[in-house]
Parts: sequence; C-alpha cells; structure tokens
Amino acid sequence: MKLAAQVVDVHKDYVLKGGIVVRALRGVSIDFPEGDFVAIMGHSGSGKSTLLNVLGCLDRATRGSYVLGGEDVSRLDDDDLSDIRSRFLGFIFQSYNLIPQLTVVENIELPLYYQGNTSSAAKRRCIELAKMVGLGDRLDHRPFQLSGGQQQRVAIARALVNNPHVILADEPTGNLDSATGEEIMQMLESLNAAGKTIIMVTHEPDIAARAHRTLRMRDGLLESHSPTGALS
Amino acid sequence: MGTRFWQTLRLGLKSLLLHKLRSGLAILGIFIGVTAVIWLVAMGEGVSYQAQQQIKDLGANNIIVKSAKPPSDVTRGGGFVMAYGLLRDDYDRIVANVPTLLQAVPMREIHKEARYLNNVTDARIVGCTSKYLDMNNLAMARGHFLTDKDLEAAENVAVIGHETAKALFPYQDPIGEFIQIEDQFYVVVGQTESKTPSAGIGGSLSAQDYNSDIYIPLTTLRWRIGDMVITARSGSREGEMVELSQITVTVRDIEQVDQTAEIIESLLQRFHSNPDYAIVVPKELLRQAEILQMMFNLLLVLIAGIALLVGGIGIMNIMLATVTERTREIGIRRALGAKQRDIVSQFLSETVVLSATGGALGVFFGFLVNPVISGTRFAFGKVFPDVLAAMPANIRDLEPRIAVWSVVAAFLISVAVGVVFGLYPAQRAAKMDPIEALRHE
Ligand SMILES: Nc1ncnc2c1ncn2[C@@H]1O[C@H](COP(=O)(O)OP(=O)(O)O)[C@@H](O)[C@H]1O
Ligand SMILES: [Mg+2]
Repeated sequence: MKLAAQVVDVHKDYVLKGGIVVRALRGVSIDFPEGDFVAIMGHSGSGKSTLLNVLGCLDRATRGSYVLGGEDVSRLDDDDLSDIRSRFLGFIFQSYNLIPQLTVVENIELPLYYQGNTSSAAKRRCIELAKMVGLGDRLDHRPFQLSGGQQQRVAIARALVNNPHVILADEPTGNLDSATGEEIMQMLESLNAAGKTIIMVTHEPDIAARAHRTLRMRDGLLESHSPTGALS
Repeated sequence: MGTRFWQTLRLGLKSLLLHKLRSGLAILGIFIGVTAVIWLVAMGEGVSYQAQQQIKDLGANNIIVKSAKPPSDVTRGGGFVMAYGLLRDDYDRIVANVPTLLQAVPMREIHKEARYLNNVTDARIVGCTSKYLDMNNLAMARGHFLTDKDLEAAENVAVIGHETAKALFPYQDPIGEFIQIEDQFYVVVGQTESKTPSAGIGGSLSAQDYNSDIYIPLTTLRWRIGDMVITARSGSREGEMVELSQITVTVRDIEQVDQTAEIIESLLQRFHSNPDYAIVVPKELLRQAEILQMMFNLLLVLIAGIALLVGGIGIMNIMLATVTERTREIGIRRALGAKQRDIVSQFLSETVVLSATGGALGVFFGFLVNPVISGTRFAFGKVFPDVLAAMPANIRDLEPRIAVWSVVAAFLISVAVGVVFGLYPAQRAAKMDPIEALRHE
C-alpha cells in the first residue's frame, strides 16, 4: 500500500526562556496510507497541535523523519517547506482562517498563487471548486458576508485546490452548530470516499467516529491506535 | 513583471482600501513633502532666474566702472565743491592700455528738470555715446538714437525715454520739438521704447529705470551743462564735480573679464588716491547668484529631506500597525505556502503604493504652483493692496519656474521612502513564526 505520509520516531522539544525544555512530542511513529481518514484525539497539551504542525510542514521535528508523498521533508529549509505546503498540503482550521479582504474565489486561489500559478485555468478551477462546495452564487462575496458553515466550505475548497497529498483539519467543526458540522463532516467523508487522505484533530468522540480510525495522544506519545469499529 | 506583479499590486491596493482613512493619512505626509519640494524649488528657481536675467542684462562680457562718492573728508579740492570719480583721462587711459578691450562706453548722468511749454518733469540726463543704446538693450520707439556725428559736433539733440515723453508730450509726437534743460534747448530726435525697470542686485548695483531718461551727446553735456552740479540743501549750497559717472568696458571673450578687471583696477589705482570709484563685474555677480542658488537648493533639499523623512516615519508607523493587526492573515498566507519573500513583497508593495500615490498627488499639486501663487497674490492684493504694493518687486512679481529635476527627484524619492520605510515592517511580518501568527487573535 502506498503511503501518503509517514512519521518515524518524531520528537519535538520546545526550549523555553531560562533553558527549560518542553518535550511536546516524545517519539511518535505513524503511517498514513493513501485514502486514510484519521482522527487524532487527546487531552489538551497532549501534543495534537504540535503533531499536526509537523505534519503540515509548519514546524520541523527536533528529531525523527517525516516522509510526505515519498519525499523526506524533515530537513528542508523554510522556503522549501513553504513550497511543500502550497503544493502538497491542504489546511482546514477551526476558525476558517479566510482572508477578509479577499473574495471567495481569491481565497480559494491562494495556494495556487503561492505556487506561482496565476493562469486562467487556475481561476476556472477555483470557480469549479466553489461550485462544488455549493457557493457557485457567492463567488465574489467576501468572508464577512458568509455564514460560518459557508466560510468553512470555502476553506475546504481552498484545501482542495492544489490537489494535496494530505488534508489536515484542526477541529474543523469546532466553531459550528451540530447541523452545519454534520454538513462539513459529510463533505469530508465524500472527499475521503473520492480518495483524499484526511488527518483531523478533534475532541468530539462522535466526530472522531466518522473517521476510519482514531489515534489517541497522551504526553507527547501515541497511546492507542483503534479502528473506528472498536470505539463504537 | 508578469500577472503576478500586477496581482500583488492589486491585492495591496485592496488591503489599503480597507482602511481608507489610515491609508489617506499615510499618503498625506508624502504628498505634502513632495508638493513642498516642487513648490519651494520652483520659487527658488523663479527668484534666481529673475536675478540671473538682470545680471545677464548687464552683460556677462562687461566690466562696469562707476564713480562712487567717497566719505566727505577725503575729496579732491577744497571748499564746498566735492570733486571725485572717474576722469575723462581715465577713459583715455583705459582705451589706450587695456589690450583685451572691445569697446568702452563712457557716460555721465545728472538729475535735472526738463521742460516743454508748461510741462515739467524730473529726468535723468544721460550724456553718452551712440553705443549706449545697444549696450543697455534699449530699443527705439520713434526716430533714431544719438549718432557719432552728434557727438563730434556736440549737437543739442536729445532722445527721450517713454515716461519722459508721456510727461512732456502727452498728446503729441515729440520728434522735432524742443525741450529745455536749464537754459539750453535740445531738439528731440528719438524716443526709446518702454523698458521694465530692473530690480537692484545686492548692494553693488541699484535698480535702474530707463524710462525717465533723456539722452544727449556726452560732449554736449560737458559743454552745455558741465561737470559741476550745485544743489541747494538746507540753506547751504553743495557742489559736486564729476567728469564721468560710468565707463562700461566690454571685452571680446568672457574668459578675459577677470583679468581685464584687474588691469583696470591697477590702472585706476595709480591716479586715484581715494576710493572714489567702484568696479562691478556682472559675471562675478552671476557666479555669486549661482552659488547663492546652489546653497538655496541645498537648503531646500534639506527641508525636503526632513519633510519626506517625517512622511516616511508616518508610513512606517502605519505599516507596523497594519502588520500587527494582520498577524493572522500573515499566518494564513504562510500556511498556504507564502515564502518569507512573498510576505515581504506583499507589504512592501503596499507601502510603495502608498508612498507612490502620495508622490503622484504631490507631483500633480506641484504643477499647480503657478496658478496657486498668482491666485494667492490676486486675493492678497484685493484684501491688502498696500501691503502688496510695498513688497519688494522680486517677491511681488515672482513667477515660480518648475524645475523638471525637482519633479523627477521628488517622485523617485517618495517611492524610495516607501521602500526604505516599508522594508522594516515587511521584514517583521515575514519573520513571524507561522504557527504563532495563526494563533493570533
Ligand atoms: N511554541 C511553544 N513553546 C513552548 N511550548 C509549547 C509550544 N507549543 C506547544 N507547547 C507545549 O507543548 C505541549 C503540547 O502542546 P500542543 O501540541 O499544543 O497540545 P494540544 O494541541 O494537544 O493541546 C504543551 O505542553 C504545550 O504547552
Ligand atoms: Mg491544540
């Protein structure tokens, strides 16, 4: 089976002022096969965000290796990591994180823009994706003109625009009411059904239950590794 | 310089339009700076152009030797008559001994009343030669100027200035009429065109108004009026004895001016123990005026520099606030693949859009300097006509001259200010940790 992503014995230490070392990750190893749909759970401070940041190439592991789409990205510099993010990763955040002064289409376009792709084909793809997430009639709207659910759908379109190896979602339904959250989850499920690899952090068990499997973290370590069936 | 560039620019503009007031204030500083540069330089250029024109009017190839009244205790002769100044012998000596000389034009001026029938006017009676007309860039309105023959024969002929003609002959053609000066009559053979009076330049040359002149042959003045001028003053009488008021020496080549002036100086020194003459070199005045202009421009550049510095600091201040406020946006962009240099160019382009807009507005208003100045002058003249009339001519008649270099420089500097003062906020934005930036509320 081909792996979308693989971390091997990843450590992350934060050195605070005064020399105190916080060991946020203490040797995490996981494989993410292509088409995987993983939920990461755990108490606050257990290292979920840190792991997601490493997976998202926003941060580098202190130790260990990270292979994304067959390429070892654990020792790349800032520019190369930026490049990896714009080409191979999609992000969905709890608070949507759209840019307020840009329209729906322009927000979706950003990863392509930073790849250096400003072609009209790129523009067409953004419009198609906006239609796909049900915002075909809102192309020129700005984020403040949209509801939370609509904003999150723009974010999903944006996470898809570069056809990423992995989609990383940090509490994607955390700011939404349950009905809208359900909509977003259905959207993620259908993306996964279409072959997308999704790694999602959540603290809601019923959201986690929608994934194929759930990883539990505790004190910077992976605690358990249960298939969805075992949880329910 | 592709679509990417324009997109960056367009997005920059969009962000700026989000905060119109703030962006407007940032622009204002640069705008004022650039307008100030263009206006100040234009006014400076106007003033110096005026001065340089006047000096050029005197002739850059000329050396002007003037009689100057010395302190009263050191005059030639005794009694109540004070004898001083240039001598006819001085003229001969100059003509004989200055090898570089092209021509020398002697002149004697006396202020007297002139009369025609019942009309009387105060005039400057100028005894001169035929060359006086061209040398002072005067032109004839009627008749002809004095000829060499008039001079040889010491004829009683006169050429009158524009104002003199108006005063003496308000309703008739003066040519052929006789005017009276003291006990002598002179036939009018010509009238000069009106000439704008020159303003004085520093202390060495006073203002000259040619319009109230009467020109007669130098020889005629000598024989009919004489060298002596008696003035009655508060009971006592004072006499002045002056042979020539001025000798204007012209040299062939402007390079010879300084050397010739030295020769003349040493020539005159030998025969004048008292400081009763002055040598004025227009070329030297021109150089001084140019130096003055350069210093003035330097001062302006300094002021402009300060204005633009202040504008730049204003822009930097606003960009720093913008960067802090948009920390989260920076985090989002970084997460989506923006490199540090993408963030730098984004914020830098916003700053440059601000400063260049200010610069462009400044250039636009800079070009309005002439209408604004004349409008202000007009309005001021309506409200305070006396104050305006009392102003020195070179301020009252100031015509600003826009210097192209100042427009180009001011605009380029405004753009440069954007780059320089935008760099730090942009760097700060780029150096942010993406994770922390994303967490920022
Ligand atoms: N930038 C940082 N500097 C120092 N310590 C950090 C930093 N980020 C996270 N930590 C610490 O690392 C540990 C894991 O944090 P995090 O991954 O955010 O946990 P979670 O997302 O599961 O709540 C926590 O103890 C946290 O305080
Ligand atoms: Mg967290």
